[in-house]
Amino acid sequence: MKKFKFRFSRRAFAYPYMIFLLLFVVVPLVIILINAFLDDNSKFTFANFAEFFSDAGGGLTVLGNSLIIGLVTTLICLVIGYPCAYFLAKYHASNRVFVLLFILPMWVNFLIRTLSTKAIFMALDVKLGMGTVLFGMVYNYLPYMILPLHTTLVSIDHSYIEAAEDLGADKMTVFLRTILPLSMPGVVSGITMTFIPAISTFAISEILSSSKIFLFGDAINMHFSKTTNSFGVGSVMSLVMLVLVIVANVIVNLTSKDEEVKSTL
Amino acid sequence: MDDKIIEIKNVSKSYNDKPVVKKISLSIRRGEFVTLLGPSGCGKTTTLRMIAGFEQPTEGTILFNGEDITSLPPHKRNINTVFQKYALFPHLNVFGNIAFGLKMKLVPDGEPREDKRGNKVQKMRRLTKAEIADKVNNALKMVDLEDYGHRAVNSLSGGQQQRVAIARALVNEPQVLLLDEPLGALDLKMRKDMQLELMQMHKQLGITFVYVTHDQEEALTMSDTIVVMKDGEIQQIGTPTKVYDEPANAFVADFIGESNILSGTMVKDFCVDISGHKFECVDKGFKFDEPIDVIVRPEDIKIVPLDDKQCLINAEVLSCVFKGDHYQVTALTYGDERNEIIIHDNVEVNTGDTIGLYIKPFDFHIMHKSRLINELKGEIWEENVVQFCDGKFPCVSTLEEGTKVRVKVDFDDVELTDDEDDGTIGATVISSIYKGSYWQYIVRTDTYYDFFVDNDYEWSIGDRVGIRIAPDKIIIEEVKDEEV
Repeated sequence: MKKFKFRFSRRAFAYPYMIFLLLFVVVPLVIILINAFLDDNSKFTFANFAEFFSDAGGGLTVLGNSLIIGLVTTLICLVIGYPCAYFLAKYHASNRVFVLLFILPMWVNFLIRTLSTKAIFMALDVKLGMGTVLFGMVYNYLPYMILPLHTTLVSIDHSYIEAAEDLGADKMTVFLRTILPLSMPGVVSGITMTFIPAISTFAISEILSSSKIFLFGDAINMHFSKTTNSFGVGSVMSLVMLVLVIVANVIVNLTSKDEEVKSTL
Repeated sequence: MDDKIIEIKNVSKSYNDKPVVKKISLSIRRGEFVTLLGPSGCGKTTTLRMIAGFEQPTEGTILFNGEDITSLPPHKRNINTVFQKYALFPHLNVFGNIAFGLKMKLVPDGEPREDKRGNKVQKMRRLTKAEIADKVNNALKMVDLEDYGHRAVNSLSGGQQQRVAIARALVNEPQVLLLDEPLGALDLKMRKDMQLELMQMHKQLGITFVYVTHDQEEALTMSDTIVVMKDGEIQQIGTPTKVYDEPANAFVADFIGESNILSGTMVKDFCVDISGHKFECVDKGFKFDEPIDVIVRPEDIKIVPLDDKQCLINAEVLSCVFKGDHYQVTALTYGDERNEIIIHDNVEVNTGDTIGLYIKPFDFHIMHKSRLINELKGEIWEENVVQFCDGKFPCVSTLEEGTKVRVKVDFDDVELTDDEDDGTIGATVISSIYKGSYWQYIVRTDTYYDFFVDNDYEWSIGDRVGIRIAPDKIIIEEVKDEEV
């Protein structure tokens, strides 16, 4: 008979994390998966799916809104973040201080940041609504766009730019024909790192719209709260979210098949 | 013929006040194959980059077809570059890379017309897709890569990438092609093939090539003109034969081909004294008893029997190595001061033999020494201590503290130490030339003074050494205030 014998090898260092992963990632996922098929009396049912996909509780609408807001946030982040990362890379390639200034806000807890943003808006007498929510989202996710972009832009070999100039490209053409295509891996990774958290966000929309704007993250959060107590639908929504994240990742991996997606986070 | 395509006039370039190119002037004729040759850090690549427009000269002007292009951006110059590491765009395939320049090119469309004010107007248009494809395919054919258009550049071998880089530059029909050590990354066999191919292309296209390399053999093989550079200065400009046969100074002789570099003195016109032996030569016009460098190429020394009447000097054979088409013989001359000499000849000799040597008068190349003594400015720190190059050297002097002085040290009075800390100051060896019985080093201090040092021991270029000078060997002369 073979006896299991614990041997202390290098592999053993991985066990704590594996146990953690099992307990806090795999088991909850399984629980959610089971929950999605259970009704209030713990009987097997498809009713939760039916409820969500028939949009009875407005879940699909919320999902649609979340996707739109996520896209808009990502787009704004890209439009603001690209030039920012570009100039940081161009003029401060060796100087990390400026880059640090952009990541610094990330060290403050996002709830605190969002609450302070709200306080500022209130003090300025700005009406809370879609505008303020978008502001909060962009403010929170901008560093996640800038960092991968900056990393990619900094690593572009200067000789490509010189080669393009040499072949007759003026500054604008150099940018459009070499820098932009060469920075695509950074753009893709920036979009992923902004879009995925943006569609699943909660609290930001709630705080910055005084609970008027309700996003998918908030909806899931609500379903799991004690007052509503509809774990089943909440689980279905969580699964939908999970599928969306997987789909987004697959798309990213397909678009950056050859190029290494570099991220600093 | 005086058809100059590029003229470089008094061009200097410094980075953060550190000079890289120092006031160089150079003309390049149309259709010429010019090679900028020199060790790394000699400013050859910087010079090329200034011609391409990637760097702006700190001083001086660059003319292209007689027009000042000193501050013209690279994309407006009809010059293309083959980069050292090719710099092929990874996001484009071979076709896309070669077509890159063509897609931006504007060509005249139809005959020039006159507008209302009587000015000639030339309508310009971009090349059509078919024209681009045609040109790209021709370029691919030229570099023997006909079926590679659709390939990703990363899937090509080094040699193939090299060809794509050349095709990408040449497809734009530049008037001048710049090549920055293009063969550096290839293996020896491939390099030889590419050398011949590049020469072929140069002949066929008739455009001007400016080539940068540190490989003297490459330069000798390919060029019409070689520009030898060192420390940002041009040492010599000439045809390969001229640079090889009549090197302008010891550096050029040492850098191009193998040579015996010996110290000697000119006794009188047509007579040189090397370590007590007098030889007939063809040089004249040197000062009486002037210390000079004598350069003799190994293949210019003939081994002769001892009793031969041609025999000029006897030497003891230290080693004899077969090199394929000749024997490389190392021999030590007899005399009070013995010099080591390298000889290339096709006779085999045995170690320990005494042989006779003959050198034609024409083959002694005599040149002025670039410096006879190390001379620099310093200041008396206190009694018997002088400060120069940020170091405080003990010396013999009773001059007052703070006196400005001129310090002189003979080459062989500068002592080098293996451990930087054993010396009064540290320095880096930047050049070493074997002179038959000793090495002559140039060591650069951290304050950028170059000491010439004669030394019996061997160091490599780049080594850190300490500099020590015996107190009584430092010659100190007071400098009058008005001289400072």
